[in-house]
Amino acid sequence: MIRSHVLICSGSGCTSSGSVAIAKALTEELKKQGLAEEVEVVKTGCFGLCALGPIMIIYPEGTFYSMVTEADVPEIVSEHLLKGRIVERLVHDEKKLDGTTEKVTNLNETQFYRKQMRLALRNCGVINPEEIDEYIALDGYKALGKVLTEMTPAEVIQLMLDSGIRGRGGAGFPTGMKWSFAAKSVSDKKYVVCNADEGDPGAFMDRSILEGDPHAVLEAMAIAGYAIGADEGYIYVRAEYPIAVQRLQIAIDQAREYGLLGKDIFSTGFNFDIHLRFGAGAFVCGEETALLTSIEGKRGEPHPRPPFPAVKGLFGQPTIVNNVETLANIPQIILKGPDWFRTIGTEKSKGTKVFALGGKITNTGLVEVPMGTTLREIIYDIGGGIPNGKKFKAAQTGGPSGGCIPAEHLDTPIDYDSLMAIGSMMGSGGLIVMDEDNCMVDIAKFFLEFTVDESCGKCTPCRIGTRRMLDILNKITSGNGEDGDIEKLEELANTIKASALCGLGQTAPNPILSTLRYFRDEYEAHIYEKRCPAGVCKALAKITIIEDKCKGCTACSRVCPVGAISGSVKQPHVIDQSKCIKCGACIEKCKFGAIVKK
Amino acid sequence: MKSLAELAAIKERMKDKISLRKGEDNVRVVVGMATCGISAGARAVLNAFVEGVAENGLSDSVTVTQTGCIGMCACEPIVEIFEGNEVKTTYVKVDAEKAKKIISEHLKGGNVVKEYTAENK
Repeated sequence: MIRSHVLICSGSGCTSSGSVAIAKALTEELKKQGLAEEVEVVKTGCFGLCALGPIMIIYPEGTFYSMVTEADVPEIVSEHLLKGRIVERLVHDEKKLDGTTEKVTNLNETQFYRKQMRLALRNCGVINPEEIDEYIALDGYKALGKVLTEMTPAEVIQLMLDSGIRGRGGAGFPTGMKWSFAAKSVSDKKYVVCNADEGDPGAFMDRSILEGDPHAVLEAMAIAGYAIGADEGYIYVRAEYPIAVQRLQIAIDQAREYGLLGKDIFSTGFNFDIHLRFGAGAFVCGEETALLTSIEGKRGEPHPRPPFPAVKGLFGQPTIVNNVETLANIPQIILKGPDWFRTIGTEKSKGTKVFALGGKITNTGLVEVPMGTTLREIIYDIGGGIPNGKKFKAAQTGGPSGGCIPAEHLDTPIDYDSLMAIGSMMGSGGLIVMDEDNCMVDIAKFFLEFTVDESCGKCTPCRIGTRRMLDILNKITSGNGEDGDIEKLEELANTIKASALCGLGQTAPNPILSTLRYFRDEYEAHIYEKRCPAGVCKALAKITIIEDKCKGCTACSRVCPVGAISGSVKQPHVIDQSKCIKCGACIEKCKFGAIVKK
Repeated sequence: MKSLAELAAIKERMKDKISLRKGEDNVRVVVGMATCGISAGARAVLNAFVEGVAENGLSDSVTVTQTGCIGMCACEPIVEIFEGNEVKTTYVKVDAEKAKKIISEHLKGGNVVKEYTAENK
């Protein structure tokens, strides 16, 4: 008889830090110590606190162990699972903002979890995603049963409209409206497509949902199919997500076996089946028209809208394209009702949003908060603030399509509209935190390099325009910027925004426009003073030795890889600027703080 | 899947399993499982509780877990039952048979089995 469950995160993050081997070692050790009949090892999806992985939770106590290694396994078994004594050294020592630390034995009591509200992620880290029965145990497929047996398609769409849910993939279009357009299109063949082509660098919420709760997505797609009159669905998922692909395939097979996909579901005459299509990782394929073209087996290029997919989509038929996170919310909205959902969030943005926290932040990971939570709460209360006592400079939301939010807007309640108003966007929910060591011109360049690489080349503004903007940024960061460059950037940005064919091109200038809006002084410092205030742009940096502080120990000259530092023992040294490659090795080596980068 | 009843049956079948991962407000049965407890037979007691709770359909409201040495090694196996934060009952020298009675009278019936409690020894 099983008396205890050991949950081990098997999301991509913890898998890469060795959680699979830990699960295996644990199973072996349980056998060895004679507890195999009493303790079950459960591999789950992502708990969200990826920075502390591999994560293990032991029930019924709910004890939370972080950064577990294979070597810890025998002790966990003999101490905790046999004798009931918590292995204190594996308990997370949570650092609070005031600098003190506190041991937290329950995951739900960490600062990281306390302010979260997990709806889309509700089953991630709770169930075994490869067991359909565990999903059913937590009301899985009940929403599908309810809509098929009790509701008309029109009622389902009305319920979605009433709930106020908007698409979580980026633009925030009302989901119910999208469904109603497709329902009104007359055709004997329609499609439901799940956009799982998560392309933003730094965003991984869709992957975590697919890995941790794949059945929620399947169930929602079947509900959508019933609502619009479709009997076939496609999930377009990146092939770079091997664990997600594998779990989706297992989930589809299990759902088919149970008759939750296939013919005559719940004896209602409703048929629905789902296929997987793999993307090769092109960013543009996250744009819905390009995605549909790619599913059709053609080159993934966008085309102008209208016609919108709801009218003429996949294989020329009416199609809805919904994002993974949007779909993961739907079964609960059906079961708990639109009024429940409307109580969460802000006036125009209902429900929660998942953010992927990354960059200069203590708790890297996935967080889900009600819409209207401020950036300050996410970064400081949940994220644990900026490491190493550095100062917050800006946060980038929406990846390469979004923009940066400076410190002055830290208290803005985050929803679709407030982010638009301050020149950024929700996007898929990537949230990259930057501190005083980040150069904002360099950040804009980083994102632009990404869009230049990923531009499909079909339309001129995006293909050539983004390349020209990148040229100007390269010129500025290499110290060759001149008067008028900022104006040229602005003109190009506005032109591309207005004339590019698809969402990728139209939003590509956003990182430049928003950094110009809030950090214009940094651009000006690069151009007019030939100076990078954050000391990031190598061409503009100058490393010098402060004569008074130099003791002449020669450590710097010995570490310099290019022999740029000269001087005799016990005499101040000097750096030959023509030879210096600004690697900074000498700064790290100097014990007296005599070498500075400006 | 042909009916909602079929779905509900799976949910029912899985109930005991999944409830292990919930239930922070449950009644907690804590078995002392330090070296002293184990040598006095606490493992059999622990398993008796786990099985008895499931058999009696109490998995939703009762959590069975273990703890270290409680400090009265001579009275092991010791079982403590916590109801909310206030009420604690301590049973001493428990064995599998006594466990059965504690489950049926205390956990199910709501009456403390006074003859097994620490106060009575």
